[in-house]
Amino acid sequence: MSSPLLKEIARRILLGMLMLLGVSMLIFAGTQILPGDVAQAILGQSATPEALANLRRDMGLNEPATVRYWHWLSNAATGDFGKALSNGQEISTALGKRFSNTVFLAASAAVIAVPLAILLGVVAVRYRNGFIDRLISGLGLASTSLPAFFVGYVLMYFFAVKLQWVTSVSTVFDGMPLSERLAAIILPVAVLTTEVLAHMMRMTRAAILNVMQSAYIETAELKGLTGLQIIYRHALPNALAPIINVVMLNMAFLVVGVVVVEVIFVYPGMGQYLVDHVATRDIPVVQACGLVFATVYIGMNIIADIAGVMSNPRLRHPK
Amino acid sequence: MSQELEYLSQQVALGRSSRRDFLGRAAALGLTAGAANALLASAAHAAGPRRGGTLKIGLQGGAATDSLDPALAANQLTFHVGRMWGEELVKLSVTGQLRPYLATEWRSSPDAKAWVFKIRKGVQFHNGKEMTPDDVVATMRRHSGPTAKSGALGIMRAVDSVSRDGDSVIFTLKDASADFPFLLTDYHLLIQPNGGNDDPKAAIGTGPYRIATFEPGVRVIGERFKNYWDTKNRGHADQVEITVLNDSTARTAALQSGRVHIINRVDPKVVELIKKAPGVTVQSASGRGHYVFNMFSNTAPFTNNDVRLALKLAMDRKEMVDKLLRGFGSIGNDFPINGSYPLFTALPQRPFDTDKAAFHYKKSGHNETILLRTSEVAFPGAVDAAQLYQATCAKAGIKIEVKREPGDGYWSNVWNKQPFHTSYWGGRAVQDQMWATAYITGADWNDTRFFNPAFDKMVVTARGELNQAKRKQMYLDMALIVHNEGGVIVPMFNDTIDATGPKVGGWIKNPNAELMGGMAASECWLEA
Repeated sequence: MSSPLLKEIARRILLGMLMLLGVSMLIFAGTQILPGDVAQAILGQSATPEALANLRRDMGLNEPATVRYWHWLSNAATGDFGKALSNGQEISTALGKRFSNTVFLAASAAVIAVPLAILLGVVAVRYRNGFIDRLISGLGLASTSLPAFFVGYVLMYFFAVKLQWVTSVSTVFDGMPLSERLAAIILPVAVLTTEVLAHMMRMTRAAILNVMQSAYIETAELKGLTGLQIIYRHALPNALAPIINVVMLNMAFLVVGVVVVEVIFVYPGMGQYLVDHVATRDIPVVQACGLVFATVYIGMNIIADIAGVMSNPRLRHPK
Repeated sequence: MSQELEYLSQQVALGRSSRRDFLGRAAALGLTAGAANALLASAAHAAGPRRGGTLKIGLQGGAATDSLDPALAANQLTFHVGRMWGEELVKLSVTGQLRPYLATEWRSSPDAKAWVFKIRKGVQFHNGKEMTPDDVVATMRRHSGPTAKSGALGIMRAVDSVSRDGDSVIFTLKDASADFPFLLTDYHLLIQPNGGNDDPKAAIGTGPYRIATFEPGVRVIGERFKNYWDTKNRGHADQVEITVLNDSTARTAALQSGRVHIINRVDPKVVELIKKAPGVTVQSASGRGHYVFNMFSNTAPFTNNDVRLALKLAMDRKEMVDKLLRGFGSIGNDFPINGSYPLFTALPQRPFDTDKAAFHYKKSGHNETILLRTSEVAFPGAVDAAQLYQATCAKAGIKIEVKREPGDGYWSNVWNKQPFHTSYWGGRAVQDQMWATAYITGADWNDTRFFNPAFDKMVVTARGELNQAKRKQMYLDMALIVHNEGGVIVPMFNDTIDATGPKVGGWIKNPNAELMGGMAASECWLEA
């Protein structure tokens, strides 16, 4: 492995870490200015001044913000996010469970959506500007344009309520057999797939088409390769960098942006977990979720960058 | 009752005849549908509960932040789960009477300042230990005192001391209270071993279900406690599984598809739709919950009673009940008590009268725009309600500006803080508790800033009055004061609307709270 490549990778990772540090400051500052008071939110309408004062003292809400920031950051670095203010549960444990659920759902959706998107993109290029291309693009755009909750409810109505083929409640829990788990998430996976499919498919199509103008494609044609062979052997590898980029962006979306889908299918993922805790001003949990989301997002982008760099032959084989 | 009907209803209960046949036959015999259904329900009860199976309940009102500590219970899920694993000293019947629960009997001193509760014997906690009066004392102490973090602190503040006396527990109160036992039906006051001081979140109690799985915001599983003391009445299903289904559409879909047997909080808008689903029964009950528009009586322009009267008269209550509750509710009369409370006396209904409202408004001399703050979280449809109200006020020449506040922080920044806002009350077990919580000077939640020394005195006097007739008269006088001078506009009392699937048996209408006053999980069963 060559040193410019390593240097480039190291640079990207370092930049990512710096960005993460910046984000952590923003998250901390942001949660300080949320409206309302955490003790009030926990006790709700049934809060009495005594109960409020007791709770505030126990939560250490009286310490200065900078002290709390350093405490929080140094502990978070070791994976210790403390305890949730609202119910005293260990955040790392609860968050870990929710995070793995989210990753499970995201991965299941990605396993279907990514190959399908690339395949459809390739097919669209092969039959570009023809009927099949237009059909694929049209359906893809339509599915992306419909909001997730709408697609979700429609699927729920037909497949869960009317036909009763699948369940509308995607609750998963510890010790649930994999087959049941997969059966439970059929509908949310379907919805997520429709949400991310078009973006990746269109990008694949555009990126390959871009390459298709090149001289070497003409050469390949002259050499007598078939349309799909050209795309597969010559166009796709050279269009990989932008495709990986958009795939990674969509993967990140599948992890951090699926609150609506989680809510309507009652899936116990990170999004719902975050929303519940925002509602009760459970600051440590909100911060932990924010940090995890930021890490995922930045991490995915670093991977995309690195993959982009590696797929670029000029960087892989420096002169 | 005709013998034929009685026979038929038993046949239905035993599964030998269909419900539809029965209703048709009953109609032919001249019985109304309501009466026929009631007959059927009582026959189902007579046939007796069926043991076994997993009763599945889908609930709105659970979050990842939930705790099993009963002191911190504040939403629907923690309320229902608490009643599965734990029990109070006394409970409310469907007619609002007190019934023995973990206490077998109770009596007060002649001045109503000391109350003695005899504690039930032979009741076991889930950890195998027998419940003793000491556990009761420890529980009550944990919920009181300056370091307590309990939703029941407001109630326990009336208590001076709690102590054991043989097989009884004595509560010594700061002031006389004829209704004190009613306060102990509060859902936070579940008896825990050693008061829950060792581990408040252990969910170890005396209830029919032991909590086997608790995943906050996801699901809860209760398994029947084999040594439960009252198996005849509760704990019929082997297992109760509660799934958190906060999304209204997800909840109704789960019921329609048979994924759950019971759901709470059916949106009035979809009641007609889900009624048509096969086997689904909508279970509504009118109760004490009500929606309010709160005016601060001590803040201009609401200091002027003519402004308050004008704003009360400009409320079209019938429209509110029809449009927002779709008929699942009843109109309010500007005081927080209705017929579901004991010792209630109705007042003449305040009409919707824009002319009178205009008259009072003109008399007050105020003519600037009044700012009304509202939010979706204040009560379902609160923003629509505010806009309807704005329109009816305009007819009386009163200009209202509706400001929609974010749901986040509504309860800490707007409710009980801003001079004119929308909110709701779940109601309380007895009148005294409702008055004392929100209408006396010095109450933390006096969210209408209604300060009336004469009224305060009446609340205290009524509380200590053991003569029911006299107390009823006092409550009437108090209601009149708030109705005429208070800062609260009560447009409507809302019904609870739950729904059950085809296999649910044992459902009883209960006005105390949703899902049979929190007892559905323990007292319903699954038909074969």
